[in-house]
Amino acid sequence: MKLGKILRWILGVFVFGGVLAVIILKPLPFLFYHNLPRLGFLGRAIYIFILASFMCIYRIGKGPTGADRIVALDILGIMIVGLCAILTISTGRSWYIDIGIAWVLQSFISTLALAKYLEGKGFDE
Amino acid sequence: MNDLIGFILISIGLVFDLLGCVGLVRLPDAYNRLQAATKCVTMGTCSILFGTLLVIGFTAAGMKVILCMIFLILTSPVASHAIARGSHKSGVKLWEGSVCDAYAEDNK
Amino acid sequence: MKKSKIILFILAFIIWIFLNWKPDWQHLLVGFFIAVFVSYITGDLFIYRAYILKNPLRYWYFAFYYIPIFLWECVKANFDVAYRVIHPALPINPGIVKVKTSLKTDTGLTFLANSITLMPGTLVVDVNREEGVLYVHWIDVKSKDVEAATKIIVERFEKILKKIFE
Repeated sequence: MKLGKILRWILGVFVFGGVLAVIILKPLPFLFYHNLPRLGFLGRAIYIFILASFMCIYRIGKGPTGADRIVALDILGIMIVGLCAILTISTGRSWYIDIGIAWVLQSFISTLALAKYLEGKGFDE
Repeated sequence: MNDLIGFILISIGLVFDLLGCVGLVRLPDAYNRLQAATKCVTMGTCSILFGTLLVIGFTAAGMKVILCMIFLILTSPVASHAIARGSHKSGVKLWEGSVCDAYAEDNK
Repeated sequence: MKKSKIILFILAFIIWIFLNWKPDWQHLLVGFFIAVFVSYITGDLFIYRAYILKNPLRYWYFAFYYIPIFLWECVKANFDVAYRVIHPALPINPGIVKVKTSLKTDTGLTFLANSITLMPGTLVVDVNREEGVLYVHWIDVKSKDVEAATKIIVERFEKILKKIFE
């Protein structure tokens, strides 16, 4: 039991540190458009978002109860707004932030609907 | 100068987003996960949006970033409140190491 | 009823201007008609006590007492959560406690619940308006007693919010 926990810790620290080292050393090269300024920063930010999203997806897949899955979906929805903001800076196209505004409101309403469903009642209460 | 402060704020926000998701994986039950994730991800995303505002200035997109921040701060705690209430009513148990549960005692 | 429609019109118009920056007269004209339409339909749905918006002292308290304390508590909450998550032994001690509040209005209770949710280590689970009771999930329970928990969690924001919204 004790040994298994220590082994899991060592494995987790190794994987986490490895991914962070990849983020710092090799940003995603020329993913979207050519000749943009600050593309290295965009690549590193997208790596961090991918890492965080995989944690959310792990919780959506594994979560023992339905509440855990809904929490992870809510958090995933909020993080997409941050991704939209970063895309706005690095590509210089201002319509990405429009997606962000719409996403905030839509994610809020869908979370409310899922919470209502979890409560076990209809929508009219 | 504004660019530098903006990029520092964006980096801080990214780190807090990542820590919120680590909390989502590590903490033991739904309520604790909700706490860690809501706080860290809300304020991390607000920090990213504020850094974006500093970098692109008060243009058309900058005003929309301000609006986005206001909506995020107003809606995110309400959503977490709704999830907590719904999960307690649907019978999700607290963690075994919890100290007390006044809500279940009062709703007998 | 008339006053609440005017206030909603001003809010809708400000949001329209933010969405269409920089304003020129075509945008302003279209926004004027849309704001009139929206405030005519949903005017008496949201705002019941329009007279409290007249007092300039409330705006003063909101901008210079509530917002700085709120932001400071948010930053403290972030570092608190980060410390608990990174620490290998996971130092948590969770539980749901009961606290009392003396706020009665809808807006005041909403702002109180939002502030408590973004404060370090607390999350509102349910509100009972008749008895004035909030059920709070606390990640590090320091006291199970109602009075002591009220003193730690609620009191700081309640004093300010009572001046703003009551």
